[in-house]
Amino acid sequence: MLSYLLRRTAILIGSLVLAAVALFVLLRLLPGDPANALLPVGATPEQIEAARRELGTDASLPAQFLNWLHDVVTLDLGKSLISTLPVGPEITARLPVTVPLTLAAFVLAVLIAVPVGVLAAARAGRWYGPVLNAVAQLGIAVPAFWVGLLLITAFALRLRILPAGGFPPDGWADPGTAIESLVLPVVTVALVMSASLIRYVRSATLGVLGADYLRTARALGSSPAQAFWRHGLRNAAVPVIAVLAMELATTFLGAVVVESVFALPGLGSLLVRGISQHDYPVVQGVMLVSTATVLVVGFLGDLAQRLVDPRLRHPGAS
Amino acid sequence: MLRTLAAVTALGLAGALAACGGGDDDATPKDSAAAVIQVGSVYEPQNLDNTAGGGQGVTEALNGNVYEGLFKLTDTGTVEPLLAKEQKVSDDGLTYTFTLRDGVKFHSGKALTSADVKASIERVTAENSKSARKSNLAVIKTITTPDDATVVVQLSARSISFVYNLSYIWVVNAAAKDLTTTADGTGPYKLGEWKRGSTLSLTRFDGYWGTPAKNAGVVFHYFTDATALNNALLTNAVDVVTGEQSPDALAQFTSNTAYKVNNGKGTTKLLLAFNDKVAPFDKPAVRQAISAAIDDKKLLTSIWGDYGTPIGSMVPPTDPWYEDLTSVNAYDPAVAKQKLAEAGLPNGFSFTLDTPSYDPHPTAATFIKSELAKVGVTVNINTITADEWYTKVYQKRDFQATMQEHVNDRDVVWYGDPDFYWGYSNPQVTAWIKQAEEAKTTDEQTALLKQANKQIAQDAASDWLYLYPQIVVASSKLSGYPVNGLNAQFFAYDIVKN
Repeated sequence: MLSYLLRRTAILIGSLVLAAVALFVLLRLLPGDPANALLPVGATPEQIEAARRELGTDASLPAQFLNWLHDVVTLDLGKSLISTLPVGPEITARLPVTVPLTLAAFVLAVLIAVPVGVLAAARAGRWYGPVLNAVAQLGIAVPAFWVGLLLITAFALRLRILPAGGFPPDGWADPGTAIESLVLPVVTVALVMSASLIRYVRSATLGVLGADYLRTARALGSSPAQAFWRHGLRNAAVPVIAVLAMELATTFLGAVVVESVFALPGLGSLLVRGISQHDYPVVQGVMLVSTATVLVVGFLGDLAQRLVDPRLRHPGAS
Repeated sequence: MLRTLAAVTALGLAGALAACGGGDDDATPKDSAAAVIQVGSVYEPQNLDNTAGGGQGVTEALNGNVYEGLFKLTDTGTVEPLLAKEQKVSDDGLTYTFTLRDGVKFHSGKALTSADVKASIERVTAENSKSARKSNLAVIKTITTPDDATVVVQLSARSISFVYNLSYIWVVNAAAKDLTTTADGTGPYKLGEWKRGSTLSLTRFDGYWGTPAKNAGVVFHYFTDATALNNALLTNAVDVVTGEQSPDALAQFTSNTAYKVNNGKGTTKLLLAFNDKVAPFDKPAVRQAISAAIDDKKLLTSIWGDYGTPIGSMVPPTDPWYEDLTSVNAYDPAVAKQKLAEAGLPNGFSFTLDTPSYDPHPTAATFIKSELAKVGVTVNINTITADEWYTKVYQKRDFQATMQEHVNDRDVVWYGDPDFYWGYSNPQVTAWIKQAEEAKTTDEQTALLKQANKQIAQDAASDWLYLYPQIVVASSKLSGYPVNGLNAQFFAYDIVKN
């Protein structure tokens, strides 16, 4: 396990560095020059040159990359080109919106997907098994922002029981309002995410339901439910955990879109604004934080899978 | 969105318009002076300093509310004294002497002195200033402060727009620091709290020198999505939205008596800008032909329905030198064909139209393409980002024709600069515009600019497709809000909520 941990950590660090390089290069490939964004109409070529020097965009790409990497390692994400304010605090200020939104949506999605997925598989022969499956299929096809708009129309504009968007200026100091304003966004992300999860849970469950060991357990006198609960669930969980780690990343990305629809001051709206303004440090900062999160979650997912499945811990032993 | 992106291209031209919304508090206060006005906008400030790239959002939130100038531009487009009690101009027009109002205090408690005014002007003209007004103030030679209440500005040339330009300059406490995140002005509100990405609040300043604000404060709520902004108005989370971006969203408000839709006078013009220096657009006849081949009115209706105004020149109705010139190079495909023949292009030609990727440019470009096809001209639409527009078109002049929104008031004077991106060069027009700036009276200035504008229109320097509507939607409980959004201002102090 220790050697696996070391290997997996090395892979994690390698991926982080690769991601950083890719991120940096891709952003530089975009047409246009951020120095433009800083200058008013009528700027002279000298002023443009001066702006480039100030931003450091006059240096060679490798030099710019090393400067940036050095800053990142020292936890300095630089300053926004547009606002001139530091990017790091900007990102941390938005985490109290995006993190609770992502985690709550994730938990809710799992709470929906596991029972529904198991039911859809266990009752594949009854009429509602295929119906659940079809509904989940439909859910995958629906974009998150549209689900958000529908929920707003129903619960905020018609029934008027929840706010259409926004986050209280006092943030979590005003917990009632904060929670209220996150209900619809959480449900939106969770619904969309659970749709694909249901399909994974269903197929994983179908896989174990037909397994020899379940039949053996039944032969030894367990009821179908007992057999599945004792032997099936854990086996079905293995592929689902791998998917969950990926899905958590998807939830995070879904939150980016949904934040705009619900006017939430989270990482997503920061990213959208950064992109539209060609604000490299902001885009780089947000992307780096989100990429790192996804990679770390993947890492944890792999570890969790090994804890659940002894066969992975002792390869060849079975 | 369109205006946000125009600001992104750093078109300092952009004074820009304001999008604001307002909503209800849970309980309507009995005393309207205790009410807090909730304003919805898509223009969040980049930072709080208008000389450091704060953008139009900072003008919207702070101009006239937190910061004041020696003069102010009113919502109807006139210039009035504000912190200047009195002004004297020498006979040669080169020396301006301003006397400051008594008893003016900054929010920090410090009294206003002439030194603050001097420092404030110098902040705008400084080397590292990013103010769009910097070039207009290049005529300032010296600023002196003979006593605490007097500021004397010496100009190197006559500048009739000098006082107007001063209305853009905030008087800031010279001792204040960290102006990108804090504020210290003399206005009727002091800065409350700015939650980046979310809200910015202002609270009534009790030590204000003038008439106190009619409400207890203002909260600007910022949105990145126009639908979310409209939903906030529909659920009373905001009281007023001052810059509706899409006519599709208006129906839900026009049909509801709880809301009032105000059709203000905008200053944003949609331009089909030719590169007047390159063939075939170096020939006025070709530009006139293109202008006559496009049915501007039909375009406007297809994009904005009943809103917006056809416009025949660069000058919007709120500029003092406005004249209706829609009859110049008016829509007439037969004339267009004839002009093309005159220019030696009876079989038409083809050109590339660099089109910014955001609304309404792609729609308008498609319309132009189909209109011009009818007179034998082929348009190749090349979609570019706002940033590319700035590099390719604005800086490198590497284009044949392009589209752009020009948002400022009083911006016809750009046609007097032969080095501007559209390359229009008519020595007569350049001379008139220069003379207008050096005019002794505003009547003289107005007459000269009318003359220049007419010539520019006849030369079809660009094709001015239409003037955007400026639509403020508010709860019908609200009154006293500005509707024209000139220079992106949004004066909040007269707003009353019943």
